[in-house]
Amino acid sequence: MEKHQFEFHGGRVRAPKAAPALVGVASSGNLEVLIEPAKLNGACRIEISTAALGFGKIWEAVLRDFFERHQLSDVRISVNDVGATPAVVSLRLDQAVDEFTRPAS
Amino acid sequence: MKQSYHEASARKRLLGVLDPDSFVELLPPQARVTSPHLPALDLPVAFDDGVVVGAGALNGRRVLAASEEGEFMGGAVGEVHGAKLTGLLERAVAQKPDAVLLLLESGGVRLHEANAGLIAVSEIMRALLAARAAGVVVIALIGGTYGCFGGMGIVAKCCDVVIMSEEGRLGMSGPEVIETAHGVEEFDARDRALVWRTVGGKHRYLLGDADDLVEDDIAAFRAAAIRALDAARPPTLDNLLAEHAFLAQRLHLFGTCRDALDIWRALGLKTAESVALLDTAGFLEAAEKIRLRG
Amino acid sequence: MDVDTLLHALFLGCCNVAQRGDFISGTASIAAQTISVVGTANRAAIGVELALQLAAEVLRVVREHPGRAILLLVDTLGQRLRRHDELLGINAYMAHLAKAIDLAERSGHRVVSLVYGQAVSGGYIAGGMMADACYALSSAEISVMNLPAMARVTKIPQERLEQLSRTSPVFAPGAENYLKMGALDGIWSGDLAESLRAALQGKSGADQRRARGAERGGRTTAMLVSERVRRDALK
Repeated sequence: MEKHQFEFHGGRVRAPKAAPALVGVASSGNLEVLIEPAKLNGACRIEISTAALGFGKIWEAVLRDFFERHQLSDVRISVNDVGATPAVVSLRLDQAVDEFTRPAS
Repeated sequence: MKQSYHEASARKRLLGVLDPDSFVELLPPQARVTSPHLPALDLPVAFDDGVVVGAGALNGRRVLAASEEGEFMGGAVGEVHGAKLTGLLERAVAQKPDAVLLLLESGGVRLHEANAGLIAVSEIMRALLAARAAGVVVIALIGGTYGCFGGMGIVAKCCDVVIMSEEGRLGMSGPEVIETAHGVEEFDARDRALVWRTVGGKHRYLLGDADDLVEDDIAAFRAAAIRALDAARPPTLDNLLAEHAFLAQRLHLFGTCRDALDIWRALGLKTAESVALLDTAGFLEAAEKIRLRG
Repeated sequence: MDVDTLLHALFLGCCNVAQRGDFISGTASIAAQTISVVGTANRAAIGVELALQLAAEVLRVVREHPGRAILLLVDTLGQRLRRHDELLGINAYMAHLAKAIDLAERSGHRVVSLVYGQAVSGGYIAGGMMADACYALSSAEISVMNLPAMARVTKIPQERLEQLSRTSPVFAPGAENYLKMGALDGIWSGDLAESLRAALQGKSGADQRRARGAERGGRTTAMLVSERVRRDALK
């Protein structure tokens, strides 16, 4: 397993509610994404644990793109990845934000 | 609209079976209580170790509930996964909810945590029987992709009530394990029809190991769970003697049958060959008069 | 150790225990009390018939001899791996056996299990492991599966598993590992009769295995996790 941590600053969207959300499953070709509010001085911190070794650059690109789209601040995202493709990663991250920002029913 | 139980995630199943917005999770993913053993093997962990546990309501009644995620390591029981289930059942002994729901989907002991997994399953069994002895009804729901096997197959049959769908599978040794041990002549694990009629929901229902058979629909599982809320069968001597007579009779009747088709014919199911084709309603009607009841 | 040698070491001839095929049953006397002996031999693969037979004997003791202690003798290769058993619902027969033992304990019978040969997964879990007090001979082997099979199924190199087994009791077979993880109350060697006498005097109660595993350092997480799920307030 390999670990990466990224922090993005300058996001404009505050954590909308207190409840964390989990999407996806840590199974082959898939990943789980946990998203939760966190006091990070406005940063969006993303921690990756992945079974795919040596893809740090690709993670950074995918996550930067994700941050540009959603502009989250004071949010912590944790990922358990089991070799998902970048497309699946982006999809799950977007789903996580959807769950996270959806008003409680 | 129907929502497949088979294809849904453990969380989705659980939220759909319980009353809307009633579920509160214990040790939720953000607690990050993950397996202490998988990192040593350089394997991925899951934030909930493959099982969701907590409290909620079912038709307004207070319940505790757990749901295993087959997609994470086949739902297999490791140290944390097992301890969450055991803790939930012990919570039931203390709090006496109206029921405990176990949405089971598991290959049994997680071999990557071998000894810890085996002991954990044993702890689940003892805690489950303690909850039942305390008067709490424990209900198993089985309809996931990975079935319910190994030690968790035993756990299922330690419950008061077992609810299955046709797609659900319940047994002990998976077909692949038996094929590996005794060859393809003993059990061809790739023969889907054979696997289905040996361990599938319809066969288990006919044999009396499933008490209810429902469509592959989360709402149908929910309705069956509500029906089961007052079906407590405490593990008393009288009830176990009755169970013993039932299992002995079943063995006596079908002990020499080679195939489920033989059993179904012996039960008096005239259309044994077409069982696979019947929809749930049609099957229930055909099974009504002839199925065994434990 | 074979059954006759074991029975002699435990009861010094004061027993009336018969072995029919893989099935053992009878009575014995120790420390001025009569106890029931139930178990399996020949590294039995436990199928539906044997599971039912074992449960029948336990239930008979509960019905006919309230309060009498039960010694479960364990030698099993696990559940029988046959389609016949799956077809008939072996998990229901195994669960029935487990429930019978649990009922005996709940009804005031002291139940002690002793692994004198092998104890493998499904056969152990539904039988001996349900006892209040679990023991093994030092020569006994307890396992989920052997390391080569485990390596094959998990796709983890056997050398790696062997290496990990030197420091962790989690992976490798062995009574010593099960002791460290809390599943065994003790390992017997030397005077077996004395060991049994002491075991029969113990008190039954709540499942102590997690607490012991934590105490002995072989299994520390289970206790913490189950206690939190048991006691945490709902948020």
